[in-house]
Amino acid sequence: MRRNWWKILSVILLVYTFIAGLLVKLPPGVAYEQSNMYESMRNFFFHVPMWFSQLAVITVSLVYSIKFLRNPLAKYDWYAADFAATGTVLGSLGLLTGAIWANYTWGAPWNNDPKQIGAAIALLVYLAYFVLRNSLTDIDKKGRIAAVYNIFAYFIYIPMIMILPRMVESLHPGGKEGASGGGNPGLGGSSLDPAMRAIFWPAVIGWILLAVWITTLRFRLKALEEKKYSTV
Amino acid sequence: MRKGNQIIALIKKDLLLEVRQQYTFYGIVLYVASTIFVLYLAMGQPETKVWNGLFWMIQLFICVNAVAKSFLQDSRGRMLYFYSIAGAKDFILSKLLFNAGLMIIMSITSLLLFQLLLGDVLVNPLLFTGIACLGGISLSLVFSFLAAIAARAQQNAALMAILGFPLIIPQVLLLMKISTIAFSDVIQSGLAEMCAVLAGLDILVIALAVILFPFLWKD
Repeated sequence: MRRNWWKILSVILLVYTFIAGLLVKLPPGVAYEQSNMYESMRNFFFHVPMWFSQLAVITVSLVYSIKFLRNPLAKYDWYAADFAATGTVLGSLGLLTGAIWANYTWGAPWNNDPKQIGAAIALLVYLAYFVLRNSLTDIDKKGRIAAVYNIFAYFIYIPMIMILPRMVESLHPGGKEGASGGGNPGLGGSSLDPAMRAIFWPAVIGWILLAVWITTLRFRLKALEEKKYSTV
Repeated sequence: MRKGNQIIALIKKDLLLEVRQQYTFYGIVLYVASTIFVLYLAMGQPETKVWNGLFWMIQLFICVNAVAKSFLQDSRGRMLYFYSIAGAKDFILSKLLFNAGLMIIMSITSLLLFQLLLGDVLVNPLLFTGIACLGGISLSLVFSFLAAIAARAQQNAALMAILGFPLIIPQVLLLMKISTIAFSDVIQSGLAEMCAVLAGLDILVIALAVILFPFLWKD
């Protein structure tokens, strides 16, 4: 029980997110009140945490890749791959929730927005990572080469999502220097009021914990499978 | 031998191989020429924006083909030999430098052919030549390292493209943005800044390659 507190916390936070996120009274008098954004703003509590948790798990995946290069233990490689897989699922969900939202507020699911492009690139990079992994049969070599690509890709991807949104106009909050909320590729600070913040940050933590939980389950499943076949 | 000398010796070795097996070099030149000729037949002489887009896309494919063989041509035994006489860092640096040089030649060749066949649209040819060389270097650095990964995975250029195309997007977008400047006669601001970002990315790629290559190298 003591060791599982974070799983309970994750469930509580997510239940809170779903109830409060769908029921909370959206603050009146904000810029988007009159726009077609207003009620769909609730998607903010579900769409944005996907990206926070995706970034968190691919960072953990990076850490395990570095650990594997320093000390080649199979479990580090599995963790790196499993966290990357969870990140890919979260990225797909983020893209999907974003596309639904965009369909209602911007008129089309895909708008060539720099952040949509960045999200698509992340998916392509991690799918390529799995193609590379599966093309290798030697287990030790697989771990090492996949880890090298994982690290290389991460350190190119992060500067890219810092540079890309600054270069072009974006429909998302934050974007090109000088535009409203510009200069910051992430959130535009002014669009978040305290009531929303009180739901948003718990949601981020809840989703991250859930992502870690799912990954550890996958890892344990893999470890059990390995044990089953190695004893026979 | 001092460090610099080792790198120079390794580059000399690559040059010598290139001179002895000239068919590979001319093969790439022919690839460049025939791709651009086919493009000319398909597109004629397009407007500047299309010209620009096509130019960088062709550079991308030329780079994949030119750089792909750099790690595939060395057999395992020979790699082992290099390992015993030179360090991994010298080896990757020599490859990066050699491929950068190769891509500069290819960029200039394809720029000349583009000018000849797809129309002379450049307002500032000297500036654009510089941008093309810088772009060629940027592309070659990323793909050299991916070629090393693909070679270790005993894969061909197709894997390189899968691994590399998502990663090369920031460089290509930056290059397109920079090169629009060469098409307009008004001096746009931010050119130096964007070139600096590109150079910064190049340095990042070199640093990553130097740090990570030793792990790829040993078997």
